[in-house]
Amino acid sequence: MTLLESKPADIPAPREITTKPRVSDKIFRGVVTAGGLSSLLILGLILIYLTYQGYDVLKSQGFGFITGSEWSLVEDESGNIDLNQTKFGIAAMLIGTILCATIAVVIAVPISVLAALYLTFYAPAAIRKFMVSIIDLMAAFPSVLFGIWGFFVLMPSAEYWAKLLHKYLGFLPFFDMQVPVFTRSPFVAGVVLAIMIIPIVTSISREIFGQTPLDRIQAAFALGATRWAMIKAVVIPYGRSGVVGGAMLGLGRAMGETVAVYTVLNIVYQINWQVLLGAGGNVASMILLKFGEAGEGEVKALMAAGLALFILTLLVNFVADFIVKSSGAKGR
Amino acid sequence: MSTVIAAPKPGKPWTATPKERAIVVGIYLAAAVVSFVIVAVTPMKGKLAYFTLFFFASIIIDFSVNYVQRGMASAKDAIARGFVTVGITFAVLPIFSILFEVVKRGYQGLGFGLLTNDMSATSVNDPIGNGGLLHAITGTLVMVVIALLVAMPIGILTAVYLTEIRGKFSAPIKFLVQAMSGVPSIVAGLFILSAYVYPITKELSGFAGSMALMILMIPTIARTSEEVLLLIPSDLREAGVALGGTQWRTVALVVVPAAKSGLVTALILGIARVAGETAPLVLLTGGGESVNLNPFNGPMGSLPMYIWKCFGQGTEESIARAWSGILVLLVIVLALFTMARYLSERKVTK
Repeated sequence: MTLLESKPADIPAPREITTKPRVSDKIFRGVVTAGGLSSLLILGLILIYLTYQGYDVLKSQGFGFITGSEWSLVEDESGNIDLNQTKFGIAAMLIGTILCATIAVVIAVPISVLAALYLTFYAPAAIRKFMVSIIDLMAAFPSVLFGIWGFFVLMPSAEYWAKLLHKYLGFLPFFDMQVPVFTRSPFVAGVVLAIMIIPIVTSISREIFGQTPLDRIQAAFALGATRWAMIKAVVIPYGRSGVVGGAMLGLGRAMGETVAVYTVLNIVYQINWQVLLGAGGNVASMILLKFGEAGEGEVKALMAAGLALFILTLLVNFVADFIVKSSGAKGR
Repeated sequence: MSTVIAAPKPGKPWTATPKERAIVVGIYLAAAVVSFVIVAVTPMKGKLAYFTLFFFASIIIDFSVNYVQRGMASAKDAIARGFVTVGITFAVLPIFSILFEVVKRGYQGLGFGLLTNDMSATSVNDPIGNGGLLHAITGTLVMVVIALLVAMPIGILTAVYLTEIRGKFSAPIKFLVQAMSGVPSIVAGLFILSAYVYPITKELSGFAGSMALMILMIPTIARTSEEVLLLIPSDLREAGVALGGTQWRTVALVVVPAAKSGLVTALILGIARVAGETAPLVLLTGGGESVNLNPFNGPMGSLPMYIWKCFGQGTEESIARAWSGILVLLVIVLALFTMARYLSERKVTK
C-alpha cells in the first residue's frame, strides 16, 4: 500500500477503454466507403444516362427495338428523324452478338481447360512459370492488335478451315450455306474472339484447379490412380462449376468486343444463322460502324443499343458470378 | 574399429530410365513417319494435314504402347497427356504468331523520325519514312495520365474497403467491380458521350477519352490491389493496432507502405489494360494529326487511334504504318507487363 501511495503523481489516469472509433477513423471509414461505392455510382450513371439518351427511341420503338431486325431512317422535311416511321431494331445484331460469342466459347473452353490442366498437373515448374506469364501477357494485349492480326494473318487460314467444315460437315444445319461466300464470316470472328478469351478462361480455370484440396489428390494417387484417373475423380468434380463460371465470363467478354469484330467481320444488317457465310455483326461493332455517319437522332438509337448491350453483359456477368460463388468444395 | 558402411547413393526411382526415354522419342518419330506417309499417299495436303495426322498418330501409338506395357489405365492416361499437350499448344500458338508477325511487318517503319514527327504534313500515300507517332504517343500519354490520376484513388480505396473495412457492402462491391470489368469498352465510350460530351462540351476532346479510359481502368486496379492487400499478413495490422494506432494510422503507415510495390504493380497493369483501348477513343477523341497537349481543347491523337486510322485508309504505306504503330504499342505493353512482373516478384516491400 505504502509503495503505491508514495508517488501518485507518476501514474497517469488510465485511458478510457472504448470501442468507439475516433474522429479520424470515422472520416477514414467514410472516405473509403465512398471510394468503394463509386463503382456502384459509375455503373448506375451509365444505366441512367444511356436510358435517358435512348428514351425517345425506346419509347417509340417499344418492344420492337429488341425483336425487330430493320434499321431504316425516315426523315421529315426539316431533316429531323421521324420517330413514328423510322424503324430501329437490333435483333439481327443481338443474334450476331450471341452467335459470335458462342462460337468463341465453344472453341476456347476446351482448349483453355486442357491448357489449364496441363499447367496445373503436368507441366514441369520452369515451363509452367514461362507459360503462365506468356498467357497472362496475352490477356493484356489490346484488341486492335488481335483485330489486325486476325485480318491479315488468321483470316486466310480460317477461310480454308471454313471451307473444309463446309465440305465435310455441310450436312449439319449451321454449317450449311447456299451462297459460297467464306470471307469475313461469323466463324472467322468467332475464332479471333476465341483467341482473345483463351487467356481469361485459362487463368480462371487454372486458379480453380489449383485450389483442389491436396489431401484428395494425394489420396487418389495413394489408391494407385494414374494422373488422368485422379483428374477425373477429384479435379473435375471439384472444379466443374468454377470452369462454367469462367466460361460465362469469357462469353461476356466476347459479347462486348468491338474493334476485333469490326475488323474481321463483314457487317451486314440481316439475321444470319449460317456460321460460315460472310455476313453478320454484333451490337458493339454496329455502334462503331453507324456512329461515323450518324446524325443526332440516330446516335440516340445507338445509345439505346449500347444500353441493351450493357444490360446483356451485366446479366451474363451476374450469372457467372453466381455460378463461381456457388461452386464450393464438391467432388468425391 | 568399426567398418564404415557406405551410405547408399540417393536414387531417383521415379525419373525416366534411358529405355523409357527412348520409347517416348520412338513414339514421336513413328508418329511423324506415319503422318508423312499418309500425306504422301492420300490427297490430304498442307500444314493442317501434317498437324492433325501427327496428333492422332502420336496419341494412337502412345495409347497402344502403354496398353501393351502397362494396361488400360495407363493407356487412358497417355491419351489424356496427349490432349492436354495439344491444349497448351493451341493456347500459346497465337501469341507466338502475333509476336512474330508484328515484328516482321512492323520493323521496316521504325526509325528515329517516328518519335519526332507527327502526321500533320503527311498524306496517305507518302513513303513510310515520312510522318511519325509523336502526336499519338503524347496523346496517349496525356490521356492515360489523366485517367490514372482519377482511377488510382478510386481503385485503391475500393481495394482498401474490401480488405480493411470489410463492411456490409463488401459482397455487392465485389460483384460491382467484377461487373465493371465486364463493361464493353464501347459502352464506356457511349456513356461519356451521353454524360459529358453532348450535354457539356459539345466537342470531342482528349479529356473525354481519358474519362472513358478511367472507367475501364478502375476494375483492374481495384482487383489487383485487393489481391495485393490480402497478401499482407494480419500480424502487421494487429501489431499496428496493438501499438495504439487507430485504423487510419495502421492502414496508412503500416499496411499500404508494406504493399507499396504491389500497388504500383496494380497501377501498371491498369495502364497496360487501357493503353491499347481503341473503341472509346474512336468515339470520343476526334483523333487529330498534330501534336495537341491540351486535353480540353481540340482533337487529340492516340496510338490505338493512329493504328485504327492507318488500317482504315487501306493503302500499302498506311497499312505498313499501322503495323509499325502496333509494334510500338506492343513494345509499350510488353515493357509495362515486364515491369509489373518484376515488381510483383517481391510483393511485400521491406
